[in-house]
Amino acid sequence: MSAAPDPAAPPGAAGVPPAAAGWRGVAAEPEPDEPRGRAFLLLDRSGRSRRLLGALLRPHRAAIALLVVLIVVSAAAGLAIPYLVKVGIDAGIPPLVAGHAPATLLAAVGGVLGAALLQGLTRQAFLRLSGRVGQDILLELRRRVFTHFQRLSPAFHERYTSGRVIARLTSDVEAISEMLGSGFDRVVTAVLTLAGTAAMLLVLDARLALVALLPLPVLVLLTLWYRRESAAAYRRTRETVALLIVHFVESMTGIRAVQAFRREERNQEIFERLNADYRDANRRSMHLSALYMPGTKLIGNVTVALVLLYGGWLALHGSVTVGVLAAFLLYLRQFYEPMQDLSQFYTSVQSAGAALEKLAGVLAERPAVAGPARAAALPSGRGPGGGVGREGVEFRSGDGPPVLHRIDLAIPAGQTVALVGPTGAGKTTLAKLIARFYDPVAGRVLLDGVDLRDLDEATLRRTVVMVTQENFLFSGTVADNIRFGRPDATMAEVVAAARAIGAHEFIAGLPDGYHTRVGKRGGRMSAGQRQLVAFARVFLADPAVLILDEATSSLDVPSERLVQRAMATVLAGRTALIIAHRLSTVEIAQRVLVVEDGRIVEDGPPDRLIAAAGRFAALRRAWLDSIA
Amino acid sequence: MRSVVESSSLWRLKSYLRPHLRALALIWVAATAGIAVGIVIPLVSREIIDGPVRHGDAGALLPLGLLALGLGAAEAFLIFLRRWTQVRPVLGLETALRDDLYRHLQRLPMSFHDEWQSGQLLSRATTDLSVIRRFFGFGLLFLVMNVIQLGTVIALLLHMHWPLGLLVLGTAVPIIVLSVRFERRYRKVSRQVQDEQGDLATLVEESALGIRTIKAFGRRQHVYAGYDEAARRLHGTIMRKVRLSARFFTLVEVIPNVTLALVLLLGALAVGSGGLTVGTLVAFTTLVLQLGWPVSSLGYILALGQEAMTAADRVLEVLDTRPAITGGPIVLERPRGHVRFEGAGFRFPGAGRPVLHDVWLEVRPGETVAVVGATGSGKTTLTALVPRLRDVTAGRVTIDGHDVRDLTLASLRSVVATAFEEPTLFSMSVRENLMLGNPRATERELREALEIAQATFVYDLPWGLDTRIGEQGMSLSGGQRQRLALARAVLARPRVLVLDDTLSALDVETEALVEAALKEVLSDVTGIVVAHRASTVLLADKVALLSGGTVTHVGRHQELLARVPEYRALLAQDADLDPEGALR
Repeated sequence: MSAAPDPAAPPGAAGVPPAAAGWRGVAAEPEPDEPRGRAFLLLDRSGRSRRLLGALLRPHRAAIALLVVLIVVSAAAGLAIPYLVKVGIDAGIPPLVAGHAPATLLAAVGGVLGAALLQGLTRQAFLRLSGRVGQDILLELRRRVFTHFQRLSPAFHERYTSGRVIARLTSDVEAISEMLGSGFDRVVTAVLTLAGTAAMLLVLDARLALVALLPLPVLVLLTLWYRRESAAAYRRTRETVALLIVHFVESMTGIRAVQAFRREERNQEIFERLNADYRDANRRSMHLSALYMPGTKLIGNVTVALVLLYGGWLALHGSVTVGVLAAFLLYLRQFYEPMQDLSQFYTSVQSAGAALEKLAGVLAERPAVAGPARAAALPSGRGPGGGVGREGVEFRSGDGPPVLHRIDLAIPAGQTVALVGPTGAGKTTLAKLIARFYDPVAGRVLLDGVDLRDLDEATLRRTVVMVTQENFLFSGTVADNIRFGRPDATMAEVVAAARAIGAHEFIAGLPDGYHTRVGKRGGRMSAGQRQLVAFARVFLADPAVLILDEATSSLDVPSERLVQRAMATVLAGRTALIIAHRLSTVEIAQRVLVVEDGRIVEDGPPDRLIAAAGRFAALRRAWLDSIA
Repeated sequence: MRSVVESSSLWRLKSYLRPHLRALALIWVAATAGIAVGIVIPLVSREIIDGPVRHGDAGALLPLGLLALGLGAAEAFLIFLRRWTQVRPVLGLETALRDDLYRHLQRLPMSFHDEWQSGQLLSRATTDLSVIRRFFGFGLLFLVMNVIQLGTVIALLLHMHWPLGLLVLGTAVPIIVLSVRFERRYRKVSRQVQDEQGDLATLVEESALGIRTIKAFGRRQHVYAGYDEAARRLHGTIMRKVRLSARFFTLVEVIPNVTLALVLLLGALAVGSGGLTVGTLVAFTTLVLQLGWPVSSLGYILALGQEAMTAADRVLEVLDTRPAITGGPIVLERPRGHVRFEGAGFRFPGAGRPVLHDVWLEVRPGETVAVVGATGSGKTTLTALVPRLRDVTAGRVTIDGHDVRDLTLASLRSVVATAFEEPTLFSMSVRENLMLGNPRATERELREALEIAQATFVYDLPWGLDTRIGEQGMSLSGGQRQRLALARAVLARPRVLVLDDTLSALDVETEALVEAALKEVLSDVTGIVVAHRASTVLLADKVALLSGGTVTHVGRHQELLARVPEYRALLAQDADLDPEGALR
């Protein structure tokens, strides 16, 4: 049941699975990353990522200005050195030969040392500052994207897959970090040199300068071509690496099933194909820059030759002096050399741009379950009572038929309600609406009279906690995992919680007790033990409304009893919603709701429903038969 | 010893370049020729100015001009040739290494995967490999080119004026000393950066996989705090690396300039005393100036090399881990499915108490045994010993009289199929997920398996069996996922079918239907069924009670119920509770 196998009609009327289907199957919804139809991530190519870049750079405006100053000083000091050497030789040596004191020479040597020192200092300052700015930007980007992912709804995550989340936050962020670390200084020097030399060329000889600048439009065209092609190529790189990561993470997470079913060969085949796709995407972008970079070089070299010919011809006819021509050639070389640095930098900008685009796409996702514009408070005075009301709630996933049909239901504060019914009836969906994992399509869900959509997240989560059959353990110790329910709990409280639900014995028996590390996702613990830890967690969280969705399915009967007994105490005075197939779990309920096909078909205290001999009575009989 | 091993890691990757030797040779030729042409072009310019232009020789202008044009085009072409040719070997190395890493990871046993977070593995398969690629793509080439360039210039200098030449050569000493010291520290810090990046990836992974638990408890801030701390730690470590390399790069750049000042001073004095001509000094200083760029880029390349070596270390760390579970030589041609645990025991590495010890249990061909025990008694571990997802640490497990360790893994794992309690479904089509254990299954077999598992709902999915089911089947309910996992195990047509509490998330009616169908399946295969409920136990011919890490009782359900109080406590719902009363 839950979000349900999306029963949406196949997208598009065609009704034929696209050819790409193969092993991956056909997604019931468009892939988040594939620009298919009105795919949402790549809609806007530049605006969104440019805005993100602007927002990231803005706080560092002052530092960036300082960086430019440092580069200029450093470059000036660097340029001064050959000049000072020339002075030392031209002006310093004659006095020596004449037998005078080496004052000029010493001054020149001192100048070289001073310039070297200045260059060194500014260079070091530049490297440190640019490193810091770059890392600060990365940190900020990581924080933003991480927080945003956490804010997005479970429905988003189901579609997006964890592998893609990981790809965004590792591989894409690294692509950006590569750009930040790649020669910003050389770009600034290149730009300055270009501007300076262009001016010098014009001053030296306007006719020659025009010839020299003639190929610039070609360069612009080449760059435009490169930009278009490489943007597509790098985008493809980001997409293929994401798929690679998704597959990698999935097979490592599911390694047990992989090995048990000898999936290795097939997996390897798939991985190698994805890896080859990634290689091809990389090859395309590398080939593009293998064309672009020598292309700029070629334009520069051809220009030099043209100027040589034209300038030589002019000089032969006495229109320019030999000195001007010689100087012109020197400057021209300086004009086209930095182009290499620029095109190199441009390549990394393109690569980072594709990554930035992906991240900007994530940040542009609106949380489907958004926080309120203005948070309402729960009626105060007695703290959250936990009364739950629902008025005409309807829920459907995608465009499919409703999973739940107009449900009107009121659960008074403190009542323990059991939800029973066949698989796929909509029980979990109903529960998830109360925990606001989803929002209803129509109608509203109220907590103590307040619409859930008007509550801020902190209040909602403090009040309503849902425990499901999947009990995720985070890396860290057992105690850390229990404390997840209430991060500020003391060790004594953690132990008390574990004792209360009967998990203390097994935890105490672990090698380091509560300080035993659970390993990757609790790999060394059994499913039942993980459920016990999850229960201790919820015991500690102590919410006003508690939802248990098949939370004891992996426990043996005595453990389940123990948990139930603890729950009976915990649930006193608390609103609770219990979903269980094993009706033993239901026995602490004061009220039973039978859900079928998205409707509540029976509602009442258990003994009355049994007496009425309806659906619940039948379910219960089947259960009693099964345990007999 | 360790340092020898470490420094050779990068070298050990050389075999990945072997298929590309011809391309590599071409790259080196193109690179060298490119540099040579680059040197010649300015000489031609000079020739034009000094020759035809100065002497008014119009006839020589055109050929020389065309020569410059041709050389310019040749230089661009050589750069193109180098860059284009290097794409294949460089990407080939990266791709092949990644394929091998993945293959190896799939062979490493559960015990390895328990310990290694996938974030750490992923950062090796992506970040580290691209560092290695970058080194082989650019670093190595430029390292050698720079060294050649430096060697040539220094040889020229020595030839021009050996005392000053020696002085220049002498400044190599502080550079080498600095490099060695830098190398040691840089390597440590870059290793730390790479490890911390892996940790960060792990946190990201957990935050995505555990998103619903995080949401359920509203622990966004808590999880964010952990991530932020790790991100800031990484930030700090990278800043240490930045400061270290900033200092090193700067020193490496300053040294040639200081040398230049010394050359100027001593050279001028030598000119003063007549030991040197001004022309030579000019040529000498010009050459020393040319040393600046190769020396300073050497710093950058050395850093890149360090990172590549660290990355190679990290990758080889995984590749060098021997798969602790490898197959034996025997292939079972006609498996009967006679399973015996003979004094089998299991202890997690580093754990004090064994999970299982002295387990003796026999399951005859066609027989089904139910394993019953309290939460955490080792039932799942026991079942994992048969297909060698875990290996016994004492005693042995046999199938048809062969120690499972003597069978090839392929043979063993086609004899045994397990339906896990927590079913792992992959982001693939339903069909692909089902056919994991039997790629040659026909449509009819598929339907049969789905019917047994009561999982025909998949035919109603938008694209039927071709529908992709989300990551871990996220868009399916727990019960639906379990039924698919069951269908998968049934479809594998194993001789030994292990059901690890596979029905826990099913509702009573569905469970009854599944059980009825399973009875059929289990009638002719050997079954090991982990059970929490009496209804599941009834699938079995006999029951083994697991207690205190070993099998304490084997017998029929009714027998144990009557005879063993512990068993009664575990299974009998009515032992201490009367359902009628509870619901009253």
